[in-house]
Amino acid sequence: MSSEGNYYVPEQSKLPIFCATAMGLMAFGAASWVIEGGDAKIFLVGLALMTVVMYKWWSLVIDENMQGLVSPQLKHSYVLGMLWFIFSEVMFFAAFFGALFYVRVLVNAWIGGEAAVALFDSTPTAAAAANNEILWPGYERQWPVMQTPDQAVNGDSAMFKGPDRNMSLPLWEYPVSQWLSKLYTLLPWLPLWNTVILLTSSFTVHVAHTGLKEGKRDVFLRYLGITVMLGFLFLCLQVAEYYEAYAHYGLTLQSGIYGTTFFMLTGFHGAHVTLGTAMLLIQFIRGLKGQFSSDDHFGFEAASWYWHFVDVVWLGLFLVVYIFG
Amino acid sequence: MAHGPAKGISRWLFTTNHKDIGTLYLWFSFLMFLLGGFFAMVVRAELFQPGMQLIKPEFFNQMTTMHGLVMVFGAIMPAFVGLANWMIPMMIGAPDMALPRMNNLSFWILPFAFAILVATLFMEGGGPNFGWTFYAPLSTTYAPDTVNYFIFAVHIMGASSIMGSINIIATIMNMRAPGMTYMKMPLFVWTWLITAFLLVAVMPVLAGAVTMMLMDINFGTSFFNAAGGGDPVLFQHVFWFFGHPEVYIIILPAFGVVSQIIPTFSRKPLFGYSSMVYATAAIAFLSFVVWAHHMFTVGMPIAGELYFMYATMLIAVPTGVKVFNWITTMYRGALTFETPMLFSIAFVILFTFGGFTGLMLSVAAADIQYHDTYFVVAHFHYVMVAGAVFSGTAAVYYWLPKWCGKMYNETMGKIQFWIAFIAFNITFMPQHFLGLAGMPRRYADYGLQFADWNMVSSIGAFMYGGAQLLFLFNVVRTITHGQPVSDAKVWEGADGLEWLVATPAPYHTFIKPPVISAGVEGPEWRVDAPAPAMAFKTAPEAG
Ligand code: HEM
Ligand SMILES: [Cu+2]
Repeated sequence: MSSEGNYYVPEQSKLPIFCATAMGLMAFGAASWVIEGGDAKIFLVGLALMTVVMYKWWSLVIDENMQGLVSPQLKHSYVLGMLWFIFSEVMFFAAFFGALFYVRVLVNAWIGGEAAVALFDSTPTAAAAANNEILWPGYERQWPVMQTPDQAVNGDSAMFKGPDRNMSLPLWEYPVSQWLSKLYTLLPWLPLWNTVILLTSSFTVHVAHTGLKEGKRDVFLRYLGITVMLGFLFLCLQVAEYYEAYAHYGLTLQSGIYGTTFFMLTGFHGAHVTLGTAMLLIQFIRGLKGQFSSDDHFGFEAASWYWHFVDVVWLGLFLVVYIFG
Repeated sequence: MAHGPAKGISRWLFTTNHKDIGTLYLWFSFLMFLLGGFFAMVVRAELFQPGMQLIKPEFFNQMTTMHGLVMVFGAIMPAFVGLANWMIPMMIGAPDMALPRMNNLSFWILPFAFAILVATLFMEGGGPNFGWTFYAPLSTTYAPDTVNYFIFAVHIMGASSIMGSINIIATIMNMRAPGMTYMKMPLFVWTWLITAFLLVAVMPVLAGAVTMMLMDINFGTSFFNAAGGGDPVLFQHVFWFFGHPEVYIIILPAFGVVSQIIPTFSRKPLFGYSSMVYATAAIAFLSFVVWAHHMFTVGMPIAGELYFMYATMLIAVPTGVKVFNWITTMYRGALTFETPMLFSIAFVILFTFGGFTGLMLSVAAADIQYHDTYFVVAHFHYVMVAGAVFSGTAAVYYWLPKWCGKMYNETMGKIQFWIAFIAFNITFMPQHFLGLAGMPRRYADYGLQFADWNMVSSIGAFMYGGAQLLFLFNVVRTITHGQPVSDAKVWEGADGLEWLVATPAPYHTFIKPPVISAGVEGPEWRVDAPAPAMAFKTAPEAG
């Protein structure tokens, strides 16, 4: 609650309306780009404008802070803003995770003519049976979907063809008794390395934070630098993984619902890692310029919260897309 | 901080003032209201008689779709955001919204989004024609190319909503005047806090839904395609996980408005303040777990049908708490019937009616008969028009004198009310009968047995449209020629900080926050240390 009564209400600003214009151009441009025969011109103009606006806007906010205009109360508004923004991101991912669970647990059973949740109905409903017999005869419930319903019915002329290989834990291919002797198959398994990298980076960003709070700038900069590098490394590995998928696994966006959920979940996560890395990189540059003090470093703090959030999403992905994929 | 507004157009383009931005939102939403209303008139004109007279079926579909989209996202939602902008800082004793520049951004996205959306009507293939609920595969496999414009327009609209709600949450959580505890906040503020939470939670899910569409349409994914292992019904789940909370996003601020107005004109405090707060929270919570009551006919397992049926019926409980609260507030009050009060009473009656038809629809077995008929159309217009739009109108009449320091023409307001009230019922009451008799929604033509009630409904619709022009006229006339009012407290029974600041409200209020004393919970608090003269014309008496 406010008590000091000197909340900073900024003067008029041209930034918001330019930002809105950029968003309008990007939206219009993106749509005309994806439509056949369209191009990216308008979108790129919007993007360029957006970049300029973002740069100016953040610079302005940093300036205001350095001028001492930002009271603790206003800072708290920024904190709330960031936290609720992250909450909205959580809900965005929730939509895709929800889609995955729905398709995997329910739809998959129903198309295969089976009952989905034994607790509620152990025999397939007439609808599920008819689904299978009339619409998708021959399709069997499976996850990952390596043989799409389309393939079950139309064979080689199917539009959606399942992948040749999937990304799940390699151990699933062997009986449990052999797992110990097959542990080496995990070594070249990229997702494991990506998990290690991201978890480490969450740790290093925390060390950087502690360093900054204790006034040890060298620790702060060193560990923040390492975090950015780890983020970048993660992205490189993800590119490698995607290349692998397209080139050798026959796993693409078009390969049925498995490819769909795999690429959309990991892809949006990757996009968020990209954003998070960029945010941290900017904080790093600001740190190099000598900005931030041990008790005033919200820009960095916000970026690090975002980073932790991206990390948690990855853990979810690692579990449901890779290990139990 | 500048003391007055900037001159000329730049005031509106670059402003960071919550009152300016509130005004922008309100006018924009009214413009959209007229546009969406025009689309509705086209629809009702075509349905005036059976057979095709005026437009082609393809265009009819675009009109119903655009009507729904423009009304929900362009008219009703921005109207309440406008009211939030104007009133919340004044009601909690804050100098402005928490993040004023982002506030301006949230508004200015909207004209771009709707320009893109409306522009599709003039493009090859026409505008969106798949209904405001845009079910796949109608909106994916069978959609015109312009669906891509629709998708990105929804994306930036969503960004606007999310930023706007984060701003509202931050304002309410962080900017309350000292002593303004949560349980002293006016109900309009409470309902908006909860609404903003709903918005932040479900707008991203809508973004997810349109993103999945985008990918299915352009990049070969199979979210909504069973051939690849997906499911068109998945679309409905994702959409309604957004969509049902969305209808409460629309109605909760309306509840808030009515909960401000009824005590004022009953000259009695709200009957049960805290029960209203808890009921609002309960409704918001329940709204997340009932979405599939829109999908009783898609072939869910029986366990699903039953669960969603009972969960939906539960909502009637907190909703009933609210209705009884409004009624008991009026009971033995010293009632007067100024225009805002008339609209609010009509709200209570007609919203309750719409709630009851909702209850009918929530009976899964019965809904198999009602679903996708005009009965559903009647239901949601009772809650959205007689609910949200009536309450929005009430709010404008109620606060207009505070905003511009002029009194509207009461007679004209009352005339508008009676035309709107009667015309509304002429329009939508017969749609219940049509639906029960089996007339499906979203068709450009119908069987002869439905002719009479359709004609009645169309006549009502034109009358209702006319009443809106009267509304526009009354508001403009008030601003240009209205009787000046200068009492801080425009309505004698009104209570709350906004009635302590001068009339018309100064450009900046509460630069220094007022101090609210401890004591009674609920809306009847007292102000101890009034803010300086800029915020108050006369120092209010405590108590
Ligand atoms: C007691 C409260 C309510 C109940 C039990 C209820 C129940 C229902 C049910 C079961 C349906 C689906 C009917 C069908 O498609 O067959 C429905 C549709 C609808 N309801 Fe309600 N409702 C309630 C309140 C509201 C409120 C407050 C609003 C908005 C302000 C609202 C807006 C809608 C809309 C827009 C639709 C139709 C969506 C469409 O298919 O286009 N409802 N309602
Ligand atoms: Cu609903």
